[in-house]
Amino acid sequence: MYDKIFTPKAITLPNGKVVLQRRSRMPLIILILAVCTALSVRFTGFSLHTLVTRMDEFFTIIGQMIPPNWAYLPRIWGPLLDTIKMSLLGSMIGALLALPAAVAAASNIIQSKLVVVVSKTLLSLLRTLPTLVTALIATYVFGLGPMAGTIAIMLFTISYVGKLLYEQIENVDIGAFEAMESVGMTRIQAFRFAIFPQILPGYISTSLYCFEGNVRYAAILGFVGAGGIGLVINEGLGWRDYPAVGMIILVLIVTVYLIERVSEHFRKKLI
Amino acid sequence: MNHIEKQLQAAPQSRLYVTVIATIIAALFAWSLTAVNFSDIQQGGLAIAKNILYGLTHPNTDLLFNLSKQSVLYLLVETIAIAFLGTIVGAILAVPLAFLAASNIVPGPVAWVTRLLLIIIRTIPALVYGLLFIRVTGLGAFAGVLTVGLTSIGMLAKLYVDAIEELDTRVLESMTSVGCTTFEKIRFGIVPQLLSSFMSVVIYRFDMNMREASILGLVGAGGIGAPLIFAMRSYKWDEVGSILIGLVVLILIIEFVSNKLRAKLVRG
Repeated sequence: MYDKIFTPKAITLPNGKVVLQRRSRMPLIILILAVCTALSVRFTGFSLHTLVTRMDEFFTIIGQMIPPNWAYLPRIWGPLLDTIKMSLLGSMIGALLALPAAVAAASNIIQSKLVVVVSKTLLSLLRTLPTLVTALIATYVFGLGPMAGTIAIMLFTISYVGKLLYEQIENVDIGAFEAMESVGMTRIQAFRFAIFPQILPGYISTSLYCFEGNVRYAAILGFVGAGGIGLVINEGLGWRDYPAVGMIILVLIVTVYLIERVSEHFRKKLI
Repeated sequence: MNHIEKQLQAAPQSRLYVTVIATIIAALFAWSLTAVNFSDIQQGGLAIAKNILYGLTHPNTDLLFNLSKQSVLYLLVETIAIAFLGTIVGAILAVPLAFLAASNIVPGPVAWVTRLLLIIIRTIPALVYGLLFIRVTGLGAFAGVLTVGLTSIGMLAKLYVDAIEELDTRVLESMTSVGCTTFEKIRFGIVPQLLSSFMSVVIYRFDMNMREASILGLVGAGGIGAPLIFAMRSYKWDEVGSILIGLVVLILIIEFVSNKLRAKLVRG
C-alpha cells in the first residue's frame, strides 16, 4: 500500500541493472507519533509552562525526604514484614497453583481443544487486570488487611507464571513423554518423569523472578487498604511527613535490592 | 555393574542441598502464613463477590458507550493518552541516562552512580510519584503523565543499557578507518543498531504503562482508576462491571497490537 503511493526509487547500477529502493517508512511513523502526541497533550492538559514553573516543588519535597527520619524506623518493621510475608505467601501459593493451570493450557498435553482455549483465555484475562485493581476488589470480598493483598498477588502470580510455564511445556521435547506412555505409564507418571524435569529449572526461575516483582507490587497494595508498607507510605504522604516517607522509601529500596540479589544468585545457579 | 547403573551412580548427589532448601522454603511459608488471619474475612464477602459477578455480566451499557466526559470510552482514551505521552517522555529522558549507565561508554564510577540512581527511581512505587506530582500540577491527567514518564525511565534505561552494551564496535572502527566524521558515525553506525531494539523496548513499556495509567486514578492522577474506585465505594456494581470490561478489552487490544509490532521489529 505504502509502496504504491510513494513509488520506490529506481537506482541504475554501473552494470546496467536497475534495483528498487523502497522509500523509508520513517516519515509516516514520525507523522503518526506526532499526531498522537499532539492529541495526548490536549487530552491530558500537559503544559510545559506549569512544568517549568512548578517543577521545583517536586524537588523541594524530595529534598525534605533527605535526610530521612531515622526515629521512624521502629514503626516501619511491622508493615515491611507484612509486605514481605504477603508477597512470599502469594508467590508460593500462586506458583504452586500455576502448575496445574499451565498443564491445562498446554496444547501438547491436553487433547481437548476446549479445555486448552478456556484455560488460556482465563490466564490472559487474569493477567490483564492490574494487581492494584485485583487487590481493590479483594478488599471488598476478603476484608481490609494482608489477606486481600495475598490473594491479589496470588492471582497475578498464577497468571504470570502460568503463561510462561505453558509456553515452556509446549516447547519441551515430547518424545520422552510419548515413550513413557507407550511402555504403560499413566499420563501423570509420564508427565512427572518426562516433562517435569525438563521444565523444573525454568519453572523455579520464573517463580523467583515473579516473586521479585511481587515485592514491588506488594509495596503499593496498602494504598487500597490491602495491608503492607503502602499503608504507612500513604499515611506519611497524607500528613506531609516527608522525612518519614523518605525513611520508608530507603528501607524499601534496601529490601528490594537485597531480595533481588538473593533471587538473582539462585536464578543464575539454575540456568 | 552394568552401564545404566554406572550412569545412575554418576548423577550428582544433591540430597542434602535440596533438603536444606526445602526446609528453608517450608519455614518461610509457615512464617508468612502468620500475615493472614481468616477473621479478616467479612460475612458479606460472598455477597459482594456475587454482586461483582452480577455487575460483570450486566454492565451499564449506557456508561460504556455514550460519548460524554464521564463515559468509559472517554476515560479509556484519557488513560491511553496518559500512557502514550508518559511513555514518550520516559523514552526520551531515558536515552541520556542509559548512555551514562553503559559501562562501555563512560568510566566505571559514573556508570555505577547512574545505575544506583536508576535502581532508586525503579523501586519507588508509582503511586508515590503520583502523589508528589499532584502537589506540583494539581489533580488530573497531567500528574499522571509525569508519573508514568518518571517510572518508565527506570526500566527503559536498564533495557537500553543492555542494547548499548551489545553495540558492535567493529562497525564504528571501520567507519573511522574510511574517514567518517563523528556525526556520520552516530547517524550511520550507532542509530541503525540501536533504533529497532529501543523501539521494541518502548512499545513493550507502553503496554505496561497502560496498566500503570489505569491505577493512577486511585490517587487522583487522572485516567480510569478514579471512577472505578468511586463506583466500588458506592456499590454501583453495574458501573464497576462496565469499567472493568472496558479496561480489560482495551489492555488486551493494546497487548495484541504491541506484540505484533514488536515481532515485526525483531524480524526487521
